[in-house]
Amino acid sequence: MSIPVEYYLIVSTLLFFIGVYGFVVRKNLISILMSIELMLNAVSINFVAFNRFVYPEHLEGYMYSLFVIVVAAAETAVAISIIINVYRKMKNIDTKSINELKN
Amino acid sequence: MELLTASNIIFFILAAAIILFGILTVTSKKVLRAATSLFFVLFCIAGLYLQMNYQFLAAVQLSVYAGGIVVLFVFAILLIKNLGEETEQLCGAKRALGIITALTGLVISLITIYKYGFHTDSDRCNDIAAIIDMNEIGQTLMGTEKFQYILPFEAASVLLLACIVGSIVIAQNHKEEKK
Repeated sequence: MSIPVEYYLIVSTLLFFIGVYGFVVRKNLISILMSIELMLNAVSINFVAFNRFVYPEHLEGYMYSLFVIVVAAAETAVAISIIINVYRKMKNIDTKSINELKN
Repeated sequence: MELLTASNIIFFILAAAIILFGILTVTSKKVLRAATSLFFVLFCIAGLYLQMNYQFLAAVQLSVYAGGIVVLFVFAILLIKNLGEETEQLCGAKRALGIITALTGLVISLITIYKYGFHTDSDRCNDIAAIIDMNEIGQTLMGTEKFQYILPFEAASVLLLACIVGSIVIAQNHKEEKK
């Protein structure tokens, strides 16, 4: 017998909230971006598991997670170029010290 | 209800590795180590897709995430001075806030999953052994009918072009132009 769908959901829930913890706690921008990657991956595990176990006739969740991967790649590339630009201007990527717009 | 078949044991190993390396990703002090843990998480998720017999998705996950995004992360970490060895101090209040937020959401979600009771009938679960051939994936990706996805496919191509142009414009060095 195969693994029931709940087990996949439990794994992805744990992974998602590990990502949430990292997003709240970490201070530098690259670690925050990594936490976002964890959350995106948890969501796409969910899509794929639902597709496989609840609606195996169509490929809807499959396509959704394919496009999630595409969008995540684009988002990461732009975000890292922004981070490198911020570092070039301020010599720092801590979220506390990037407050130029406050003054 | 035999739960300890070989593929199920592989699932439990993969799940344990995902959770373990996920925790290491958000807790390790050195950012380069966190990137390595992130790589292992993505690798094990590709293993989960293989367990569900989605070979193409596993290949995409490996090539785009593990081959592309993690390399991008490592390059960015190495480009930024002192980030590779930096140890960041976390204050206790912020860490407590993060733990409370994560645990609250986790408990609510797990209770919801437990109470919902998903109905996966055995006829459909027997279909799980069937491998989706590449032809069907291609038809679904390029077709124009219901349950076919040419519009997001084309939108993704425009998005990738905009992303390439945008990251070049953002990351180029403006000082040289002014001289």
